[in-house]
Amino acid sequence: MKSLVCLKQVPDTETQIKVKPDGTGIATDGIKYVINPYDEFSVEEALRLKEKFKAGEVQILSVGPDRATEAIRTALAMGADKGIHINDEALNQADPFVIAKALAAAAAQVEYDIIFCGHRAIDDDFGEAGAMVAELLGLPQVTLVTKVEISEDKKSAVMERDIEGGKETVEVPLPCVVTSQKGLNEPRYASLPGIMKAKKKPIDKKSAADLGINAEPKLQARNFTMPAERQAGKRYQDMEPADAAKAVVQALRNEAKVI
Amino acid sequence: MEPGDGYFGESHEILRQTVARFVEREIKPFVDEWEEAGEFPRELYRKAANIGLLGVCYPEEWSGFQSDIFHEVVVTEELTRSGSGGLAAGLMSHGIALPPILALGSKEQKERFIPPVIRGDKIAALGITEPGGGSDVANLRTRAVRHGDHYVVSGSKTMITSGARADFVTMAVRTGEPGHRGVSLLVVETDSPGFVVSSKLKKMGWCASDTAELSLDEVRVPAENLLGQEGAGFYGIMSNFQKERLHLSLMANTTAQLALEESIKYAGVREAFGRTLKGFQVTRHKLVDMATLVEVSREFTYSVAAGIHAGKDMIKQVSMAKIFSAEICDRVCHAAVQIHGGYGYMRECLVERLYRDSRILSIGGGTSEIMKEIISKLIL
Ligand SMILES: Cc1cc2nc3c(=O)[nH]c(=O)nc-3n(C[C@H](O)[C@H](O)[C@H](O)COP(=O)(O)OP(=O)(O)OC[C@H]3O[C@@H](n4cnc5c(N)ncnc54)[C@H](O)[C@@H]3O)c2cc1C
Ligand SMILES: Cc1cc2nc3c(=O)[nH]c(=O)nc-3n(C[C@H](O)[C@H](O)[C@H](O)COP(=O)(O)OP(=O)(O)OC[C@H]3O[C@@H](n4cnc5c(N)ncnc54)[C@H](O)[C@@H]3O)c2cc1C
Repeated sequence: MKSLVCLKQVPDTETQIKVKPDGTGIATDGIKYVINPYDEFSVEEALRLKEKFKAGEVQILSVGPDRATEAIRTALAMGADKGIHINDEALNQADPFVIAKALAAAAAQVEYDIIFCGHRAIDDDFGEAGAMVAELLGLPQVTLVTKVEISEDKKSAVMERDIEGGKETVEVPLPCVVTSQKGLNEPRYASLPGIMKAKKKPIDKKSAADLGINAEPKLQARNFTMPAERQAGKRYQDMEPADAAKAVVQALRNEAKVI
Repeated sequence: MEPGDGYFGESHEILRQTVARFVEREIKPFVDEWEEAGEFPRELYRKAANIGLLGVCYPEEWSGFQSDIFHEVVVTEELTRSGSGGLAAGLMSHGIALPPILALGSKEQKERFIPPVIRGDKIAALGITEPGGGSDVANLRTRAVRHGDHYVVSGSKTMITSGARADFVTMAVRTGEPGHRGVSLLVVETDSPGFVVSSKLKKMGWCASDTAELSLDEVRVPAENLLGQEGAGFYGIMSNFQKERLHLSLMANTTAQLALEESIKYAGVREAFGRTLKGFQVTRHKLVDMATLVEVSREFTYSVAAGIHAGKDMIKQVSMAKIFSAEICDRVCHAAVQIHGGYGYMRECLVERLYRDSRILSIGGGTSEIMKEIISKLIL
């Protein structure tokens, strides 16, 4: 079973995000980066497929600056076999469309039975790359997947996906694109022996030119702002409960305008 | 070492994430309970072993994993970040128990004793300190007398980390003349008749680790459990002090770092006299002093680790690092409790534990006074 796992390096959820004074992006110094959690589910699922079929390969594909090698290397330390790192100045400000173009172009150069993407990246939250990669490659896609069962002949798969209030079970021919959702699995740790082995695993570096892409972004980020700071709460005390309730309802309607 | 900023490369950073996550998932949710109970579940050894943590820097031949000293640094720092020094000390007690076996043991002995510990199946402890004295190792009294193919061991050991449930104790015993030349190391299996855990000690800090007094009454230990030659024990003990003291320094720096972080958080939210504590210059400056001490101590300790990594003799520097880091840890934790006011005195508050855990660091693994004796011999 050959899996191609698209992976993005994102700021750790614990990191305190600050916007640059000029509003062009977030301040990156001091940020700790990790693998996008949804992509970690992808890595884990791909490893399990390889283990189940006792054959195949898990290949990691990532677009990002130099620092992204650490995320790829972490996936290799979990057990993936090799990586492709698309590292190009021109892609640093890319929108989901350009990223998807790059991922699809790289995918077209390798063999796979299935492509995993996270259903979204926790930094910019677009949730578009997976769907666009499928479109660009002309492949079927299953989004928000929480369970993957590949048929013996590796020609099709039955998957479970999240829908409002329940699960939907779908059948899909392979190859296809899957976007991973929480609940798919519990990712393993990158163990110490895995980490030491990963040092020797190959990471293929590629530029936009290597992939023959020069896509124009369809989206341009104009400005970043922090959410407004939370105001101090208001207390309603020393009142009869009924009066307090009335005052709260009034405030919610007239001041906060939420009801 | 690999390229990276300063001492840490990519593989160290990845390992740091692994250990941090392990601590977050497997330790932190339960650590308060384990501190109360005075021990953590035995299965934690196996869980740590499964991700390779117990085999860091042990030869692959003995089930370890090729790695360097900064991987060890990462493991100690991140385990200490659980907020429980005892957890780190207990889980890693093999870090003092196995090195003498590596240094002096035969191939058979290494094969017998090391892999089961690194796989998390067996617990190892180091037994040197006796009720009669810890600093003066050369005068230890536990006696081992050779009878044919056995030694018969009698005496007692105390304050032995992991001693209450260890499967074997790498034990310093007297086989010969008074003084350091008469000291040998024997691996004593704890299921031997005559071996008794006479007391599980109640402590000020390091509460999640079990610490025991051991009594040996004519315990028969096979002669094949002798490490190296008779009389080589003192060398075996000394050979690991450098690493042990490095790790205690790292624990001190990390404990202090945690106390600092907690204090910065608290000073940002606690209000008095209409402003947060950060609003008082006296508090801000106190926090800056704490941060400076921690940073200086950490950098010095890293430089000592780099020296050991490069194969240099760092006895003087590591002894200095231990004195210094333990002292700044005491100071920083003291200040952290102060900043937390009455809450800093309460069990539910992390700095309360850090303050208690700090106290052992200038005592265990050689007291600060003993460190000064060592240094004075080298510089005077
Ligand atoms: C939590 C904990 C865990 C421990 N774990 C282990 C373990 O796993 N294995 C083990 O073998 N031991 C262990 N110990 C014991 C530890 O190593 C000893 O406590 C330490 O070496 C000091 O020995 P002591 O307690 O007998 O003090 P003593 O040697 O009696 O010293 C008492 C005081 O006298 C001072 N002193 C002694 N000699 C001199 C001198 N020449 N000049 C100036 N001052 C001097 C000391 O510095 C100290 O302040 C542990 C201790 C604790 C508290
Ligand atoms: C064991 C124990 C028993 C107690 N018993 C009683 C009792 O019986 N009755 C009772 O009423 N209380 C009791 N207390 C509470 C005790 O009096 C308070 O803890 C103490 O007054 C400090 O107040 P706080 O804890 O709210 O700290 P805070 O007032 O929040 O102070 C936090 C830190 O900020 C510093 N700080 C505050 N203001 C300033 C300033 N203007 N400039 C510089 N630094 C400042 C403080 O010195 C401290 O370091 C007890 C506390 C303990 C721990």
